[in-house]
Amino acid sequence: MIELRGLQKGFQVGEQVVQALDEVSLTISAGEYLAIMGPSGSGKSTLMNILGLLDQASAGEYLLDGVNVNQLNEAKRSQLRSEKIGFVFQSYHLVPRLTARENIELPMVLAGVPPRLRQQKLDELLEKLNLSERAQHRPSQLSGGQRQRVAIGRAIVMRPRMLLADEPTGNLDSTSGAAVTDLLESLNADGITLVLVTHDQALGARARRQINMFDGRLRAEPNG
Amino acid sequence: MGDLERSLTASFMMAWADTFIFVSQVLMRQRFRTVVLWVAIAIGVIAVNLLTALGEGAKSYVLSEFNVLGRHTLITLPGKKETRGGMPPITGESPRALTLKDAQAVSRLSGVKTVAPLVLGNIEVSYAGKIRESLVMGSSRSFFALRHLVLARGQLLPERGRFKGEAVAVIGSRLRDELFAGKPALGEWLRLGDSRFRVIGVLKTSGTRFGFDMDEVVIIPVVSAQSLFNVDGLFRLFAEVRHFSQLDTVKQQMVELLKQRHEGEEDVTVISQDAMLSSLQKILDTLTYAVSGIAAVSMLVAGILIMNMMIITVSQRRKEIGLLKALGASSALVRRLFLAEAGLIAALAALSGWMLSHLVLLLANNYFSDIQFHSPWWAQAASIALALGLSLLFAWLPAQRASSLAPVQALQGKTAQAQR
Repeated sequence: MIELRGLQKGFQVGEQVVQALDEVSLTISAGEYLAIMGPSGSGKSTLMNILGLLDQASAGEYLLDGVNVNQLNEAKRSQLRSEKIGFVFQSYHLVPRLTARENIELPMVLAGVPPRLRQQKLDELLEKLNLSERAQHRPSQLSGGQRQRVAIGRAIVMRPRMLLADEPTGNLDSTSGAAVTDLLESLNADGITLVLVTHDQALGARARRQINMFDGRLRAEPNG
Repeated sequence: MGDLERSLTASFMMAWADTFIFVSQVLMRQRFRTVVLWVAIAIGVIAVNLLTALGEGAKSYVLSEFNVLGRHTLITLPGKKETRGGMPPITGESPRALTLKDAQAVSRLSGVKTVAPLVLGNIEVSYAGKIRESLVMGSSRSFFALRHLVLARGQLLPERGRFKGEAVAVIGSRLRDELFAGKPALGEWLRLGDSRFRVIGVLKTSGTRFGFDMDEVVIIPVVSAQSLFNVDGLFRLFAEVRHFSQLDTVKQQMVELLKQRHEGEEDVTVISQDAMLSSLQKILDTLTYAVSGIAAVSMLVAGILIMNMMIITVSQRRKEIGLLKALGASSALVRRLFLAEAGLIAALAALSGWMLSHLVLLLANNYFSDIQFHSPWWAQAASIALALGLSLLFAWLPAQRASSLAPVQALQGKTAQAQR
């Protein structure tokens, strides 16, 4: 599904160029459960941004379902992102003024899905996520676990092929963290490709495949 | 999650109806921000409209003060205006007075429609023990039309015997109130100095005209005034020409005629309103520049206010811009959302500011009857265009910058974003 070949990404910091990604090559198959691990500053967030089409590599190739995304314009990349990729963030990034239901609806609104289809889809999804009763609440009225469930609902509402989760349990207590992990893993069991970015060893160990990053390089792939 | 596998029909272009709902939600649910922005834009529009109305009001006030006579009127003053001198002596004490006979001669000129002589004086006016010092104008019936004086009741000075003295008077409205205190004034006998005059008319309130408070005057036939003040000469002679095109010809004829009648000496000055206005042109030009300057400065201030508010409020939402992009919005869509938002609030705020400034002007115009405030149409149009243009521009600039830079930074997720 995804093929990275010799990706490079440098950032200008003062007069120096910091190499955030250095010759990264990686293949991710459809339906995989992958953890990208490493200390902060290792380049894993940069890799995730590039995987999620939020950033572009300075050099190298990124093939998504056989399409070289570096050759696409910004509008096309946005469309791919909308269709194929869902994001889950450590700090949820919900829109505070919107209700849980409206937050989940947002990607469909942006993509121009007709309203009738949206409502049908939302009803099903809120039911599945066990959020039906909280649908009209704003993020500030929800617990951390509920917020992350809303964020996951938002990430999967467009039925993406891949879910990119950046420290999804980082702000949660162990109980709600475990619930969120279970939810993500059940989505993976249903066929979605799950890429987990974390420095939490215990969480990373649950993935079927681990990648370690250090100084912008992939260090080891024990199960690779 | 099997049910969710059903595919979605997506056009990958947000519908306009959804854009409107999205933008309305931003404006409705972030009320404080909306109100602050609204006030900033409305104040900008109001400032431009009110300040230019003030300048324009001052300008038209000056114009109207000199417009009372009308363009068809020639004014003759006794005495020759010297090349380097100021105004001719206003006392009428030139070597040869301008007389009633001169007025009769002028009235016989073919191009002259009507003439009105004017003799001025101050005298004690009394009725039933009440005494006031008042301005007395001696003139004729045609004077009322020339000076746009309208009667509230009674009649004008008699037409018959235009240049004969009759003991009748038309009085100003305030003088009537003060002397008669609500009792009917018509037919009553006023005492002017040692003579008695019967009140035959009362003027409508008209305020100050050309330096005279017309609400406190007593107007009597010119001959009566001449004997009352014991003068031969006229203070002014007003002549109305039949056609505006003849104004200059008639002016020449009048000067010639009076020169002839005064033994070949040109000792009068004949001026037209246009000539007076052209001597005022410099003042009017200055006032026009002042109005434009006021408009420019108020627009600059309003523009900077709107610019700052827009930049701040849009910049505060860089994270939201990053998020929208992560959720599949293209840069173009992000720009559209922010432009629609800025456009909607700017339009509503500019419209309400425009209406509010008109309300204020309406109240001001009711309150001050002497001076009328009207914002010129170009200032109104410019204020609204400025509010809309600047709002869109300074929403677009930060939104543009944020939509091209922000996603990566905003979504690093390292700094925990407060969810309120």
